[in-house]
Amino acid sequence: MNLDFSPEDLAFREEVRAFIAENYPASLRAVQEEGEEMAKEDFLSWHRILAKKGWVAPAWPTEYGGPGWSSVQRYIWSEELARADAVPILPFGINMVGPVIYTFATPEQKARFLPPTLSGDIWWAQGYSEPGAGSDLASLKTKAERFTGDDGKEYYLVNGQKTWTTLAQHGDWIFCLVRTDPTAKIQEGISFLLIDMKSPGVTVRPIITLGGEHEVNEVWFENVKVPVENRIYEENKGWTCAKFLLAHERSGIAGVARSKRGIERIRQIAAEELADDGNPLIQDPLFRRKIAELEIDLTALEFTELRTLASEHAGKGPGPESSVLKIKGTEIQQRITELVLEASGNYGAPYFRGFPKEGGNALPIGPDHARRAAPTYFNVRKTSIYGGSNEIQRNIIAKMVLGL
Amino acid sequence: MDFNFSEEQSMLRDTIASYLQDKYDFETRRKIVSSESGWRADYWKAFAEELGILGAPFSEELGGLGGGALDNMIVMEEFGKALVIEPYLGTVVIGGGFLKHSGHASAADHIASIVAGEMVVAFAYAEPQGRYTWSDLKTTATKDGSGWVLNGHKAVVVGAPFASHLIVTARTGGSQREASGVSVFLVDKHAKGVTTRDYPTVDGGRASEVYFENVSIPADALIGAEGAGLPLVEKVLDEATAAVCAEGVGVMRKLHEGTLDYAKQRKQFGTAISNFQVLQHRMVDMFIELEQSVSMTYMATLKLDESDAERAKAVSSAKVRIGRALKFCGQNAIQIHGGMGMTDELAIGHYFKRGTIIEGLFGSVDHHLTRYERLSFGKAA
Repeated sequence: MNLDFSPEDLAFREEVRAFIAENYPASLRAVQEEGEEMAKEDFLSWHRILAKKGWVAPAWPTEYGGPGWSSVQRYIWSEELARADAVPILPFGINMVGPVIYTFATPEQKARFLPPTLSGDIWWAQGYSEPGAGSDLASLKTKAERFTGDDGKEYYLVNGQKTWTTLAQHGDWIFCLVRTDPTAKIQEGISFLLIDMKSPGVTVRPIITLGGEHEVNEVWFENVKVPVENRIYEENKGWTCAKFLLAHERSGIAGVARSKRGIERIRQIAAEELADDGNPLIQDPLFRRKIAELEIDLTALEFTELRTLASEHAGKGPGPESSVLKIKGTEIQQRITELVLEASGNYGAPYFRGFPKEGGNALPIGPDHARRAAPTYFNVRKTSIYGGSNEIQRNIIAKMVLGL
Repeated sequence: MDFNFSEEQSMLRDTIASYLQDKYDFETRRKIVSSESGWRADYWKAFAEELGILGAPFSEELGGLGGGALDNMIVMEEFGKALVIEPYLGTVVIGGGFLKHSGHASAADHIASIVAGEMVVAFAYAEPQGRYTWSDLKTTATKDGSGWVLNGHKAVVVGAPFASHLIVTARTGGSQREASGVSVFLVDKHAKGVTTRDYPTVDGGRASEVYFENVSIPADALIGAEGAGLPLVEKVLDEATAAVCAEGVGVMRKLHEGTLDYAKQRKQFGTAISNFQVLQHRMVDMFIELEQSVSMTYMATLKLDESDAERAKAVSSAKVRIGRALKFCGQNAIQIHGGMGMTDELAIGHYFKRGTIIEGLFGSVDHHLTRYERLSFGKAA
């Protein structure tokens, strides 16, 4: 047992750090500092640079375009990305549907979908939740009925509604769980379907969330015709893919490296803000105690994740223990946003999103860190709800780990 | 980066676990706790001779098994699971720790007698007024010829009734709370002028108030440098704190396991209470606390040889997490056991009691949080 990185891992860290420093787009950095919503191209610019380098999908097997990194190297990579405040690579293609495709799809499907997923030419949206199917995902109702088209080929006719679909306004394709057998037990009549969002009958409507952002959407399907060859894995076996995807989604969800960066930011902010007594907030015993507690809890999470990585390295794969990482990781992310807002004091209140641009010469109101503090705090409440709410994660641990 | 145990370490764990399973079941422990001496000297001999574990963290040159802090961690976790009373912590971790780090001329001989089970040590560091400030000392050691004369009162010296020797902190200079002027001595408990008031502790152990009245000790009783002993005390107590974190993990495993078992067999409203989601989530939260405590114990143990500041930060952060986790797991174990959790008859309450004492041992959650904070931010305004 030891905590040392090998010389190879240390060299790897140097290499990726230098690459990020040289290649991270300055234009993207500027958008991030503005704090405005990012355009599709902003997300894609960094994705494409990494795709070209072969680093966009760290966990993929090399035969499908992964870089062949060890779990420790992937950990280092995520630390370096966070350290550089790099925009995260969107998970829908790389972390979610990609692994489902290379694990369950036919060779033709792999050849068709994996390369454009890697390159960023397909922007994937995730069609899981429905208005009546949240934590009880298997109760989903979107129907896919089989029929033979005028061209003699087999199709599904899809009708229904998905919701909370993140960034679907940019989506090229959506992977959906659909009900193909309404008579079967609820988990047994589901199929995993890839749908071209340009198909007639697909409508995307925005949902505006608490921070004022347009991040999620409703996606409606009205008599959408989907070729049967767009189904991944067997008909009515989609739940297998769904569960596989959720377990994959949880690994890396702890977000340790980004939370470390978040605590560094709180320390900076608290050094700039003043406490009631006129001294820097960082010297306020109550406030610094909150930071200290957060740091300690993050250390506990970090070493729990490292232990999980080590057992993955030993070939055990991400188990239900990754639910622990999801619960604690999201709690810590939320506490960080709480402290940023708290530190911002009175200037947590002004709201700027969509406010007429000042034409570049008006003085900014309040400190920079305060501008996004409240919207971010509101937005990050989502983390304990998405990806299987933290209560569902507890159910998973109760059943799979504790045998209850 | 590696979180696996070596073959030797796994063997050590198996050896202890199977011995304790055989000889240290809960009923046997109950008898030990209520016996006159409060411990089993014959078990201590067996630890030395049959199992050889008293040499676990010492190098082979010192007659040990060639291990280190990780071996202490393993022993202490297993001791935690069985609520072992016998003083491995005081003797091997603390006594051995002082001798190992001090560069004392006779360190090797003393360690040899620890490994052989002959020297049993208790650490007399706390004083009635001192709380968790290790430099707050009224006990004095005054030069007398080539030796020293000790005077003072040490509080709640855990394991002192079993000990042959005491390691004592005393002032050889400086004012009552000052960092400098602290010295460490190895004292024969049966030396003239040492008196003790022995008593049981709430967790089944034994401790003493120890009084020194003009106790003459030889020059070579001094462990480490005269007047500059505080850094050594801090280092050894950090090692001891990491060790009790491991013991706490053992205790928590039993609290969690015992609660799961009970909830699965206890029926109310026509079903096992483990079927109630409100209790399931509570037991999941206990599991999360436990897993994080394991992680923190590994982390702290693996950082014991880093710089003083890094070591102290690592150990204090671990003690904060484990202190909180012990409270959460202990209280909820009792709650989920309901009325049965309140009885002396069941083991679960005894794990709760030991956990509660570990929570405050070598510094409470607040003490370690403050220490962490000071190291992480500098002094408060």
